[in-house]
Amino acid sequence: MSVTAITVAGHEDAPSAFTVARLALARDLTLAYRKREQLIQPLAFFAIVTTLFPLAITPELSGLRPIAAGVLWVAALLSALLALEFLFRDDSHDGTLEQYALSGRSLTWLLFAKTAAHWALTGVPLALVAPLAAAALGAPISAAPGIVVSIAIGTVALSLIGAIGAALTLGVKRSGALLSLLTLPLSVPIVIFGARATELALKGESYAAPVELLAAIAVLGLTLAPLAAAAAVRISLE
Amino acid sequence: MSELSLRAENLHLWRGERHVLRGVALEVTGGEVLQVTGTNGAGKTTLLRALCGLMHPEEGRVVWGGRDVRDDLATFHGALIYLGHEPPLKADLTACENLKYWVGLRRRITVTRIASALESVGIPGLAERLVRTLSAGQKRRVALAGLVLLAVPLWLLDEPTTNLDSEGQRLVGRLIEEHTGGGGLTVAAVHHELAVSPQRLRRLELARA
Amino acid sequence: MTWTWFHRLASPPHVYRLAQKLTPWFAWPAGILILAALYDGLVLAPPDYQQGDGFRILYVHAPSAYMSVLVYMTMATAAAVGLIWRMKVAHAVAASCAPVGASFTATALLTGMLWGRPMWGTYWEWDPRLTSELLLFFIYLGYMGLRSAFDDVQRADRASAVLAVVGAVDVPIIHYSVVWWNSLHQPASLLRFGKPTIFISMLIPLLMMFLGFTLLFAALLLTRLRGEILRRERTASWIEQAVTS
Repeated sequence: MSVTAITVAGHEDAPSAFTVARLALARDLTLAYRKREQLIQPLAFFAIVTTLFPLAITPELSGLRPIAAGVLWVAALLSALLALEFLFRDDSHDGTLEQYALSGRSLTWLLFAKTAAHWALTGVPLALVAPLAAAALGAPISAAPGIVVSIAIGTVALSLIGAIGAALTLGVKRSGALLSLLTLPLSVPIVIFGARATELALKGESYAAPVELLAAIAVLGLTLAPLAAAAAVRISLE
Repeated sequence: MSELSLRAENLHLWRGERHVLRGVALEVTGGEVLQVTGTNGAGKTTLLRALCGLMHPEEGRVVWGGRDVRDDLATFHGALIYLGHEPPLKADLTACENLKYWVGLRRRITVTRIASALESVGIPGLAERLVRTLSAGQKRRVALAGLVLLAVPLWLLDEPTTNLDSEGQRLVGRLIEEHTGGGGLTVAAVHHELAVSPQRLRRLELARA
Repeated sequence: MTWTWFHRLASPPHVYRLAQKLTPWFAWPAGILILAALYDGLVLAPPDYQQGDGFRILYVHAPSAYMSVLVYMTMATAAAVGLIWRMKVAHAVAASCAPVGASFTATALLTGMLWGRPMWGTYWEWDPRLTSELLLFFIYLGYMGLRSAFDDVQRADRASAVLAVVGAVDVPIIHYSVVWWNSLHQPASLLRFGKPTIFISMLIPLLMMFLGFTLLFAALLLTRLRGEILRRERTASWIEQAVTS
């Protein structure tokens, strides 16, 4: 293979940005599928945490309904945190994250694809299971669409901001507590708007206003968070 | 066409308080292999990581094709492959999938080409085997297949012969010979002498502080 | 050439000497202003017709709260400078800011709680300002926690710098969301930290306190910065001379 072939090949053969994202996404989804029994864990955690509240407060549905939105969001937040630890951990250990950083492609874009895969595997299931948990806390079935929408959008924002914390704490032993300490205060706006949207949905009222604010945060996160996560990943590779 | 060159000028790098790289300078041009030796802790890995831009030297710079790599890190990365101690493979993917996702991110490849690359490194039947079922030596060969598939000019290899038997070490030598024969450059940190013809070989010895 | 002063700021010995020289210029005026303001505010100014003497805690609470945010923004700016231009000294400045900012935040929280007791009978209310201060306190703790998680100073510097910058973007959003949240659940009682109607006799000591606290921050920062530089550069040759002089 001549030198010309080596150097020129670099540009002509380069896959498009869309292909790059598709490959990164497909890889993470395939890996998750190979270990699909682990996908249940955040959901199980969510269910258990939700169950603790009636046990700790009251079995009366009438007493649970007022706090249902808050309980759902706290449980969702904690499960999301649990899952975040593993967003970059394996890739950091086996050197694949390093290869991403050295690929000559945008690390920001690759991490965005990874975060998207993470959300598809954790946020979406959470959003779909949440109406069941809400029903167990006294919520009407009619509230289901609102619950799904608010938690789905909220978990997008959570995955994005959590990715930053996950990247910053790469290589830190027992990073769970630190990751929570970093992510939770920064996630307060998500919880405030998300819980408000869920609460309105439970009451059967229009939840458009808080959902729009939530979506605005998610969009802001979409543009800025992968950038910060990429900076954090590069710092961890130094 | 042999204007491909990698040059490091006066690299100084501290890790915490250790002055690991103390004014390292080197030059490799197309068709050459730079063999970096030194005891453990002498800074071989640090040098390789500084060369590929993962680490920032406090002083000095790295020049690729006449340009400071910091000016356009993305293009520089597009022209190199860095293989660390561990082969960058996911245990739960097959060898073929690993190569598809690793190499395919940077260059369009087909399953046929992957298969022929695996054959050229001596593990033809392992394409559909999960990497977790492979031995350390086989994993190393999968990584070498990736090297072949990527076809980039600059190879930065950190102990490429790890976990390979003598036949595997000859394989590495052969791959490097073919690469440099085509005008490529290789910088390899090694403990054992590379099985490469002496006229291509340059040497750099790093000493511990 | 106009950037020379900027690049000289990257030199630890230069900054150390500069900090040494400047500290008294901030410390003394800070001390005088704060004492004068305290005397004026606690003794001279008349009691508020609505809140009596209890409002006086405002003289410590308001400047503390203001400083807690100012210090954070300083910290985030220094962190950004350190990230972009790879200046170790900028990271040292950010590291020095954190405990000072956390202390101001804690002071704001404590004085807020002390103010709440005589006003509404409870030490704590989920009022937007107190809640924001509490979250800011957690953010400071997170920053310091992240720093201490790494043995490698450079990694600690750069990782915490990214966190500081992300926080700087998020803090206004957090504050807005907390205000929004609080406005939804307007409780019956007067819950706000309603500022007493400000008369000029109250305003002057308040402004003096603000200025005094800012100077105090500068003095504290410069002092901590010297210690931080000494710690980071302890193996360097210029240290012995600088410390003995």
